[in-house]
Amino acid sequence: MSVTEMFSSIQGSLSADQDVREDIRKVVQALEQTGREILTVLQSVHQTAGFKEIPSKCERARELFSTVRTQIAELKTKFPTEQYYRFHEHWRFVLQRLAFLATFVVYLETETLVVREEVAKILGIEVVREKGFHLDVEDYLAGVLIMASELSRLAVNSVTAGDYTRPLRISNFINGLDSGFRLLNLKNDPLRKRYDGLKYDVKKIEEVVYDLSIRGLAKDP
Amino acid sequence: MDRREGEGCPRRNADAAQDRDVNSSSPVIAAFKVFQQELDTKHDKHERLVKISRDVTIESKRTIFLLHRVTSVSNTDDILKEADVKLDAVRQKIGQIAEELRGEDLFQFHRAFTPGIQEYVEAVTFLHYIRHRSLISLEEINAMLVFTRGEQEELKGSVEAPQTGGPVLTFQVTPSDYLLGVADLTGELMRLCISSVGNGDIDTPFQVSQFLRQIHDGFSYIGNTGPYEVSKKLHTLRQSLGKVEDACYALRVRGSEIPKHMLADVFSSRTTHLEPEEGVV
Repeated sequence: MSVTEMFSSIQGSLSADQDVREDIRKVVQALEQTGREILTVLQSVHQTAGFKEIPSKCERARELFSTVRTQIAELKTKFPTEQYYRFHEHWRFVLQRLAFLATFVVYLETETLVVREEVAKILGIEVVREKGFHLDVEDYLAGVLIMASELSRLAVNSVTAGDYTRPLRISNFINGLDSGFRLLNLKNDPLRKRYDGLKYDVKKIEEVVYDLSIRGLAKDP
Repeated sequence: MDRREGEGCPRRNADAAQDRDVNSSSPVIAAFKVFQQELDTKHDKHERLVKISRDVTIESKRTIFLLHRVTSVSNTDDILKEADVKLDAVRQKIGQIAEELRGEDLFQFHRAFTPGIQEYVEAVTFLHYIRHRSLISLEEINAMLVFTRGEQEELKGSVEAPQTGGPVLTFQVTPSDYLLGVADLTGELMRLCISSVGNGDIDTPFQVSQFLRQIHDGFSYIGNTGPYEVSKKLHTLRQSLGKVEDACYALRVRGSEIPKHMLADVFSSRTTHLEPEEGVV
């Protein structure tokens, strides 16, 4: 095989690769759009009026998640399943956002941490790599960490809205998360960087709880 | 006020301790214990791959140094044979990588072993060039990376080979790793060219410059459709090509005037003149 032939065959495989990436990028853009819509719906819980409407907001968000499911189903058709990690960086960001939104919705509904299987179900994907398009454990954890900072904001705003018991519940929940993350041996990677921010969220919520308790506003346990 | 806080503090601590006890059996902690295992397994595998990749790099580099001795020795066959043996050892290591990646997604751990693979490609292409004066193709490289497992597995394989589909393990070099390895190869070819002039070999420089030009054309054809690293290496490739072309130029112009035994001196003085210019460009 001559040098020229060699290079033209490689060029062929490279441009095929680029076409796949282009297709993926289009679907991911649509996914990001849906993600932003869900976020807008959920953001209203921070407003005073929004606190009473949490269940209806969650319902609306759940409806939007069905769009996410169809979009992810489309994404799955764009590349061979066993090459998930080859294109991973294209949807890593949006998948983390969606994992965050799913955990946030479930937290607002039940005040518990949603398991990875459930998040995968909400997004219409798998948990185990062998079964196809899946939710990587690091992406799930990143989503949980985004939710933690959202909850520290929610604690502050719920006090403003006159709900004095919520911060205590959030505090318990976040402390549970914190001790969970302490179990992990994180490498010096993006997930670790994000985890380092968790302590500030914990601190913020503790301050809110402190403010409430010295004023006798918190319910006695 | 002070006293009240002092009293409150221990109670709060006690509460916290109680919470922790409750938590340690909570579903959250249980879930995170699973994550811990999953992440640790992944990180361990990554570390092992990095280690193998480093060994592959070192051994490939040594092979390349060995191959550079070809220019100064009359009997090249021995060196080429020794290089073959060394590369076989490297292939065994790559077999270990393939073993680690069995059932995994190649690209999930690609970053861990890509430096080693590139170095290996460089060594293999260099050996192939010295022997055949041509570029080894990606398919040929991949064809060499087919491993049959050791005796232990073979015994097992003889029992259940029909079900598992044979104890054959392959490793696929990706096109971009191949490209990057070939880009590194050009640097070695440049050194080969310069040192062969030093030994009064007049033919090799022209062959190398011909070959380098073909590779350069190939890379220009790919341009920036390739991965980012390729376009970075294109710059060094141009420099290497420039040096080789200058060497051929010098040989052609001066070659007819100067007696052959003095060529080496002329040439080495010329390259030293070139070095500072390279820095400016």
